[in-house]
Amino acid sequence: MQPCRLAAYDLACRRGDRLLFRGVSFELHGGEALHLAGPNGIGKSSLMRIFAGLLRAYNGHVEHEGALALSDERPALDTHRPLGEALAFWRQVDRAGEARADFGLEDLLDVPVRYLSTGQRKRAALARLAASGARIWLLDEPLNGLDTHWGASAQAAIEAHRALGGIAVIASHQPLQLQKLRTLSLLEHLP
Amino acid sequence: MSALWTIFRRDLTLLLFGAPGRGGALLPLLFFLAVAMLYPFAVGPDAKLLARTGAGVIWVAALLAAILPLDRLVEPDLEAGFFDQWALRGIAEEGVLSLRILAHWLSFGVPLMLAAPLAAGLLNLDGAQLWTVELGLLLGTPGLAAIGVTIAALTAGLRAGAALGGLLAIPLAVPLLIFGAGSLQPGGEGGLLLLAASSLAALAIAPFAAGGAIRAGRE
Repeated sequence: MQPCRLAAYDLACRRGDRLLFRGVSFELHGGEALHLAGPNGIGKSSLMRIFAGLLRAYNGHVEHEGALALSDERPALDTHRPLGEALAFWRQVDRAGEARADFGLEDLLDVPVRYLSTGQRKRAALARLAASGARIWLLDEPLNGLDTHWGASAQAAIEAHRALGGIAVIASHQPLQLQKLRTLSLLEHLP
Repeated sequence: MSALWTIFRRDLTLLLFGAPGRGGALLPLLFFLAVAMLYPFAVGPDAKLLARTGAGVIWVAALLAAILPLDRLVEPDLEAGFFDQWALRGIAEEGVLSLRILAHWLSFGVPLMLAAPLAAGLLNLDGAQLWTVELGLLLGTPGLAAIGVTIAALTAGLRAGAALGGLLAIPLAVPLLIFGAGSLQPGGEGGLLLLAASSLAALAIAPFAAGGAIRAGRE
């Protein structure tokens, strides 16, 4: 697999007339994971969207080698379609194979997405992310709505992704059980 | 199979057949026919009056039918995060929205053209007038679709976006209405050329305006 890299240089983010954080710099290489920590409203999701190129940084810039995949609070699955079809849409867009991690969705493939619970939708979004084949995973609160069992499975999937040389950035207010996890607390970057 | 083709097939399926909460192509079509049916009730069965004014009514009905699906053209996909996911994969908003204009046109413009003979019968239009109406709809509805998608992208995510969208789309669609209805007046054939020109201008600008609107909405 080709190497991948995600680097941030002196990032600052402003929402409205409020500076959320500044001076965020780091560099991640294949196999590494970063935990973005901090209380609600400190700008974890905004930072994720800056990495994803969906939001312009107020200052600084981001460099990445390797495709990005983002999982946030919106699963981007057609709610009226059965889960299997909704996931197949993204598999076709990504021209990807079956997901490596299945997240226990086999029995739900015929169920329309709108009948799924919060946790089941979260698992579906993670399965979409895992199937995309992207090297850099941006996970915004990946454990929200997941019970202990599936929370552990999601973390195991992240470890498997890292073992294959991928990068994971995880914004979460929950503690994570990942090996050699680097932590970036946005509290240390308040303006 | 390319990503854009997959997205286009999804767009077309959704716009033609709808989904719970986002009606399909049938609603604008029935609305169009209902207006054509109501008009003779309102002005009386005077065949001459109907023949003289009926074509204009078809154009007003077409414009209003184009506005009906505005709130489900962009808003639900933006809300569900589809546009962010496409952007992340390097799929340009302009490409997605060009295809959405095409899908929107296929789901409302073409059905209107198919329904126009029925409306023409209700409004007592003769064969020559019907032919001009069909030609006008063929030239004008792509422009209406382009305006519709642009306005839908601009108003997506706003409170009361649907009502605002209708209000914003009407003035932009006025040139199409004037040239389309004008082409039916005696000696008004030149109106079709102007109609085609307005339609092309709207089609050329729409993907960029709508794409810019979606990107600006992320800030």
